[in-house]
Amino acid sequence: MINFDYIRMGSISSAVKALDKFPDAKIIAGGSNLIDLMKRNVMAPTKLIDINPLPLKYIHTTKQGVQIGALALNSQAADHELIKTKYPLLSMAINAGASAQLRNMATFGGNMMQRTRCSYFYDTTMPCNKREPNSGCSALTGINRMHGIFGTSDVCIAVNPSDMNVALVALDAKVILKSAKKERTIAFADFHKLAGDSPQLDNHLQKNEMITDIIIPENQFYNNSYYLKVRDRHSYAFALISVAAGLEMDGQNIKKVRLAMGGVAHKPWRLYDAENFLQGKTASLQNFEEAAKIAMKGAKSYGHNDFKLALAPSSIVEALLKASHLS
Amino acid sequence: MENLLNLAAEDTDRTDGILKVTGGAKYSAEYQIPGITYGVLVPSTIAKGKINSLDTKAAENAPGVIKVLSHLNVNNSVPRYAKDQALIIDRNINKVFYNDQILFAGQPIAMVIADTYERAVYAASLIKAVYQKAPHQTNLELNIANAVAPNPNAKDYVRNQIDAYKDAEVFIEAEYDQPNHIHNPMELGSIIAHWEGDGLTVYDKTQGVFSSQRHYASLYEIDSKKVRVIAPHVGGAFGMALHSWPYQDATVIAAKITNRPVKTMLTRIQMFTMVGYRPETKQFVGIGASKEGILQGITHKAWAVTSSFDNFTEGTVRPSQFMYKCPNVNTIYRLVKMDVSNPIWMRGPGEATGMYALECAMDELAYKLNMDPIELRLKNYAVINPENELPWSSKFLDECYEIGAKKIGWSNRNPKPASMKENGMLVGYGVGSGVFNAGRSSATARATLDETGKLTIQSAASDIGPGTGIMMKKVAMDSFQTEGKEVFVELGDTNLPPAPTQGGSNTTSTVGSAVYDACTALKEKMVQVYHQFIVTDGQQHAYENFTFKNGAIILGGKSTSYTDLIKKAGLKELTVTRESKAGNERQKYAFNSFAVHFVKLHIHPFTGMVKVVQVVSAVDAGKIISEKQARSQMIGGVVGGIGMALTEEGIYDHRFGVYANNNFADYHVPVHADIPPIDILFVNKPDPYINPIGAKGLGEVSIIGLAPAIANAVFHATGKRVRDLPITLDKITVWES
Ligand SMILES: Cc1cc2nc3c(=O)[nH]c(=O)nc-3n(C[C@H](O)[C@H](O)[C@H](O)COP(=O)(O)OP(=O)(O)OC[C@H]3O[C@@H](n4cnc5c(N)ncnc54)[C@H](O)[C@@H]3O)c2cc1C
Ligand code: SF4
Repeated sequence: MINFDYIRMGSISSAVKALDKFPDAKIIAGGSNLIDLMKRNVMAPTKLIDINPLPLKYIHTTKQGVQIGALALNSQAADHELIKTKYPLLSMAINAGASAQLRNMATFGGNMMQRTRCSYFYDTTMPCNKREPNSGCSALTGINRMHGIFGTSDVCIAVNPSDMNVALVALDAKVILKSAKKERTIAFADFHKLAGDSPQLDNHLQKNEMITDIIIPENQFYNNSYYLKVRDRHSYAFALISVAAGLEMDGQNIKKVRLAMGGVAHKPWRLYDAENFLQGKTASLQNFEEAAKIAMKGAKSYGHNDFKLALAPSSIVEALLKASHLS
Repeated sequence: MENLLNLAAEDTDRTDGILKVTGGAKYSAEYQIPGITYGVLVPSTIAKGKINSLDTKAAENAPGVIKVLSHLNVNNSVPRYAKDQALIIDRNINKVFYNDQILFAGQPIAMVIADTYERAVYAASLIKAVYQKAPHQTNLELNIANAVAPNPNAKDYVRNQIDAYKDAEVFIEAEYDQPNHIHNPMELGSIIAHWEGDGLTVYDKTQGVFSSQRHYASLYEIDSKKVRVIAPHVGGAFGMALHSWPYQDATVIAAKITNRPVKTMLTRIQMFTMVGYRPETKQFVGIGASKEGILQGITHKAWAVTSSFDNFTEGTVRPSQFMYKCPNVNTIYRLVKMDVSNPIWMRGPGEATGMYALECAMDELAYKLNMDPIELRLKNYAVINPENELPWSSKFLDECYEIGAKKIGWSNRNPKPASMKENGMLVGYGVGSGVFNAGRSSATARATLDETGKLTIQSAASDIGPGTGIMMKKVAMDSFQTEGKEVFVELGDTNLPPAPTQGGSNTTSTVGSAVYDACTALKEKMVQVYHQFIVTDGQQHAYENFTFKNGAIILGGKSTSYTDLIKKAGLKELTVTRESKAGNERQKYAFNSFAVHFVKLHIHPFTGMVKVVQVVSAVDAGKIISEKQARSQMIGGVVGGIGMALTEEGIYDHRFGVYANNNFADYHVPVHADIPPIDILFVNKPDPYINPIGAKGLGEVSIIGLAPAIANAVFHATGKRVRDLPITLDKITVWES
């Protein structure tokens, strides 16, 4: 870890001004990811901008749905009555992640921005394109059990490790990003990016921007939501595969459906084609299996993660069965 | 035999329990020494080769840095290092900063000593090593052809015919793989070394203060008495602190060179390469029986990883030599020397690995015979140890099968694989047996009764978690028939009477016996004093006529408090010290503890996630001294066994010879959610021959046999044999069917 400056910000405007002024600075929120990365010399910002005093801790209803401040804690949202009853998918996904202690520190902004758990990214003794562009991807032919099967590139096959993000992409969330000069709102699905040939960038956030809000539009999925997380132990492990499923049912008929997967791509992976297939169909094992098959088109594995090609569709089916109360 | 204690098996709290949960227990790194400095190690980033140059200038000039140590400046400053040319000094201990050679990735190549920890960490990051790399080997499979015998005199074990299993009516052959397991106790490796003149005080994470003392004294060729090692609380160890490691030598040396107290605490990452591990082992078992299930032959072979510079050896294949009555047994044990750090014993050392293979093989054979796995074991039950032909001092393994099977509901199980379902989950039942040496070595204890009636029990044993303190107290409480409010225990300090290193399930048997003998001797001394100062009629009363109870010595209805006794004698205290050790009973009997582990688990049919839903462990460990602590010990072992079976694996990237999962996010130890209700059943029958307290050990059998029970249950649930640990869901792949 190198020496760094630390400044604490009292207002949003001063925070974004500081971002503008110090391009090497990093925001610190809960610190549960950034500090680990600094300790291991993976990230070495010369300045930390502490945004914890900013008034961004709220969770409240708006005309469109629910608005969540970037500093709202993961545990705060997961336990929030409104989230539990109207957006249980989010609550389930958050609670499937990390540990109680971490969820008490983790913020929405920080969780969205958390970096991959590829072990080569963390270990500076081995090459990694994400950490050091053009040094090579050690995972490609190395230990890649946790790695991606969708939208990968030969430059980086890492996955976004967040559970929360999988639920947010399924729920058509939007994100408000703010810089000193402007504010913009983008779809959550467009926030993260594939590795492409710039694996060092996880998302489209500009250096001088910060996340201020997440908005989830109102929906009718609350009776039929399920977050399935398949992992190596029953808590405190990142997903090998996760599936977020939200259904709006009319009897056995699927009126609307949202499906997303985690642990499979560089971004939370929305299954649009499978959704389109299921829309208007009856909830049945057969339809779910067909949807899973459709979802798996284009999947590619890298050795240690070959099993995901079979586990992923099976998990999609299980999540849909659970969401539709068929099992 | 007549010495057998009538110890009550009731709940008793740990002597250090409240201290531990309130933060009052001080661990090695927590002592406050004025002028303390901090040592931070720099690990090698390559697995093999040579340090061409080591640039320490920037680190030396960094703020707060006092000194940088490396092979460039250490060797000749340490008398023993300078004199003794070998890399290995003392058993399995290698020198730190020996020379410019890199023997494994993560080898300490330098240490920065600075005035704060943060400054030391920063300065350590400035050290630049330029290496000349050499090709390294870390892959066991690829190096089996180069395996060697553990030592030139090692003979393979053969009882009668070699490979006789092949001639049996029914046999199986199978290979079992087990990866490196890292001990990973909560407390990191830590030490403070403080020289004052030529005397050294060490606050050390160690399982044996005396072995540490001898080792540190030897480095500077000083009298052991000049070195005091203090370790009253150890935050878990599982074997990693059985001997000193290079980080500890480095700290002692740094403190000497800088003439400042130095504290070093390893990082979690460093715990993976600097303090040993249970070595990856490949095993082959061939086992055959008659159609009726009478064993004809067992062949057990093991290839275990060790470092290039030491032949670390454990008893992996030993249990196959005596676990079952079998006329023909042969075993082979080989080492595969690679460019890795040195292994060290880890809970259930050797046997946990070996019994994993043997007990899976027994299950496979039982299925091939179409026989209940417990029935197969009972059919081949050994009453006389077939290896040395001695009768067991005590053996209630059969009772363990019986009570365990009953508790888990073994008879409800449909033996057919993949036949049982519960709430949509596949259900599996499995069983595995455990065996471990029941040892006794020598220890000394002191019992002191003072004028206030306080009884202090002292012995230098460590307590790495099992509750050694309460065990010692419990023995004394029973000896003096008291509830224990006035009984105090001191341990973990070389200023106390010597006790052996804690390991190998030896401590209760050894130290408990010493405490027992010391208490008996103290009572005898009290009787003498009684005759001198209380009954002065010149009459001699036999020791047996005295009763000791609740702080009073009682003779024929006359009760004298201990305080009165000591006051009347005009003394401040009465004290005795006794050494206690095994005798020739070791030549007459075979001594072992036994356990049987039963597991019930669920497997998700779509995801393959395994959930252990119940564990029942039945144990024959002789007399149980403190039921609460014994149960805790067993639970700890079961949790370790669940990790061994399902989650734990040190994974190398062989291209670099480096661990790819050297942290707690990636190296999965079980968490609460993975642990089911655990029933521990004690046979609780005293062993009549092992020692005066009748206790055999149970720290090791708590884990031995658990992993195969899980592997066998996975087979029962799915019909799929997974023969390489850990059994992660991708190996089960039930969702494909
Ligand atoms: C052992 C372990 C296990 C874990 N397991 C899981 C798991 O199973 N599932 C899971 O989903 N997560 C898991 N996590 C990750 C955890 O969810 C994240 O560490 C946490 O969400 C990060 O939030 P934070 O507020 O602490 O972020 P910080 O560490 O403070 O910041 C992370 C990044 O976000 C940036 N940032 C923070 N806020 C903003 C903002 N408002 N605008 C722009 N940038 C911002 C920071 O600059 C930094 O780069 C685990 C973490 C650990 C350590
Ligand atoms: S997968 Fe990505 S993060 Fe992992 S080593 Fe390759 S480039 Fe680095």
